[in-house]
Amino acid sequence: MSFSIDVQYEDFNVGDEYTQLVAGDKNAGAVVFFVGRVREMNQARAVTGLSLEHYPGMTEKVLDDILATAKQRWDLNSARIVHRVGQLYLSDQIVFVGVSSKHREDAFEAAEFLMDFLKTRAPFWKKETTLQGDVWVGENQKDEIAAKRWQES
Amino acid sequence: MIRVLFLAQLREQVGTAEIQIPTADLDAVKTIAALKDYLVNKNPAWEPHLANSKLLVAINHEYARTEVAIKDGDEIAFFPPVTGG
Repeated sequence: MSFSIDVQYEDFNVGDEYTQLVAGDKNAGAVVFFVGRVREMNQARAVTGLSLEHYPGMTEKVLDDILATAKQRWDLNSARIVHRVGQLYLSDQIVFVGVSSKHREDAFEAAEFLMDFLKTRAPFWKKETTLQGDVWVGENQKDEIAAKRWQES
Repeated sequence: MIRVLFLAQLREQVGTAEIQIPTADLDAVKTIAALKDYLVNKNPAWEPHLANSKLLVAINHEYARTEVAIKDGDEIAFFPPVTGG
């Protein structure tokens, strides 16, 4: 029963994160997690690596806010966000979002919400290393559309 | 004094990560919009980058609109749309 975030250079271990998420919790009947990884092809560019920048202070605050919103909106036992910064390479892990709840519906929805809001609100910027040189990644329209579906009417 | 930060691609475009605006100049930068004018006035080459309508602004780590008032001691950050995850 914990809600926490980390922004870090180090890699994370999904097994350890899962163990932590449900430690001592006899009511967590459902766990959903998502891992984002560096992939080779992005918008037709052959990517060899990624450098990730953040805004120290604000990034952590936004992630905490997103977590607090999810906690209010769904019946969650625990939730966790880990996001890496610095130099990453192909197949490296970038982000972990994990949610536990009594029933699966809350965990599935909250995990999607956390990722959609993280992608459109949290101050992180990706710069790709490609065979054609370094390229700042532009915002993706589909992410904004995905985030909008969570707006409460 | 106000600290103004430029992040990610914008930092590379303007060629600096941070500038400080002295308290004596506070009257000229009462809002985000006025601050942009002040910065462009001092650095005409920044105009196309700061005029970018997609640019985001934060005051003291909170997203802010351009009409929001600035006060002494604030930390203002300009940055491009976010692309994490």
